[in-house]
Amino acid sequence: MTAEQRDVVIVGSGPAGLTAAVYTARANLRPLVVEGEPSSTSDQPGGQLMLTTEVENFPGFPEGILGPELMQRFRAQAERFGAEFVTAKVTRVDLGRRPFALWTSVGGEEPAVVSRALIVATGAQALTLGVPGEDRLLGHGVSTCATCDGFFFRDQDIAVVGGGDSAMEEALFLTRFARSVTVVHRRGELRASKIMQERAFANPKIRFRWHAVVEEVLGEQTVEGLRLRDVRDGSEEVLGVTGCFVAIGHRPSTGVFAGQLAMDDEGYLRTTDGSRTNVEGVFACGDVQDRVYRQAVTAAGSGCMAAIDAERWLEAQGR
Amino acid sequence: MSDLIRSLTTSTFDEYVTTADRPVVVDFWAEWCGPCKMIAPVLEEIATEQQDRLAVAKVNVDENPELARRYDVLSIPTLLVLKEGKPLARIVGARGKAQLVQELAAYL
Repeated sequence: MTAEQRDVVIVGSGPAGLTAAVYTARANLRPLVVEGEPSSTSDQPGGQLMLTTEVENFPGFPEGILGPELMQRFRAQAERFGAEFVTAKVTRVDLGRRPFALWTSVGGEEPAVVSRALIVATGAQALTLGVPGEDRLLGHGVSTCATCDGFFFRDQDIAVVGGGDSAMEEALFLTRFARSVTVVHRRGELRASKIMQERAFANPKIRFRWHAVVEEVLGEQTVEGLRLRDVRDGSEEVLGVTGCFVAIGHRPSTGVFAGQLAMDDEGYLRTTDGSRTNVEGVFACGDVQDRVYRQAVTAAGSGCMAAIDAERWLEAQGR
Repeated sequence: MSDLIRSLTTSTFDEYVTTADRPVVVDFWAEWCGPCKMIAPVLEEIATEQQDRLAVAKVNVDENPELARRYDVLSIPTLLVLKEGKPLARIVGARGKAQLVQELAAYL
């Protein structure tokens, strides 16, 4: 079977990838979006917003909008202009040949698609604690998705680990169900935006355990507690909770590009002069190349940049 | 939803899973769960393609919280594989189709 041939393939379907899809589709480039596969760890079609509830800071939605609904609208807009989608993960790329070759989780030994230009918008996936008990109790009190699992912790005492906006959003959401939510944070202050901090501080169900890190998730069949270590004096204590929601940040999803695209020491793709990577014809946008802002609207903006950069590059190549 | 997928409630669950002539894959889900929606079409495909080997059923945890409690479901989507009413395995969290098919194959 010969591989499908395209001018542009977009890998990833969060705000960056879908904005790139809207723009390249409107440029009649017939983009193919390799959108990813279902997952519960923020690495899925639609990206991180698929696991959130209310999005209040995306311009144009003064009343706010649910994350999954926002992404459905992004997708519908891209489809309207002719973008096509394949529900698969890219498993391997060869950027040393022209056109570039991509293999996917639904394809076989041969490349599933070859493309003259490539837009990488694979985003980032949630970090896990990496402590004993976490993997074993995943789905048994340890959760990577507050919106999925909060319901099961009605009137219970639970913990959220992390101090950023995502952690505060999860903590506030979880107060709908839980009796108490303890935010466990390794520092003495939050990274979260002021508005989220104020809401969290004002919520009577939310408590804070500062300067603490999780050493172990305790419990036989389900979570019974967290063993915490105080980072200042090393003292340990057990926090009695039945749920543990982890929101300690993300890492870029760039493993499949290792050795082919230039990255920084944390795995973020390096871009210069707009969205250009070190390989001519490969462009990157969204959280996969953004270690600073990481917002839906900045991802969308950079997706537009990558689409325009790709379109102009293809034109210069003579299409 | 496909005709092949039965929606079970607390009152219909036991009879269905104990009398089924094939292993039953029960999908615990809810309307507000994004990953549950993502795997719904995958499960419909599996239900059709593998109807000789398995049956797929769904339990809405909002409407049937006692079933979720009975099987210690604390995260959705959770897929519970039952044979003659006895739980054989559980798969927690959404997955792509190929991986799901592979994981289910071990219990069929």
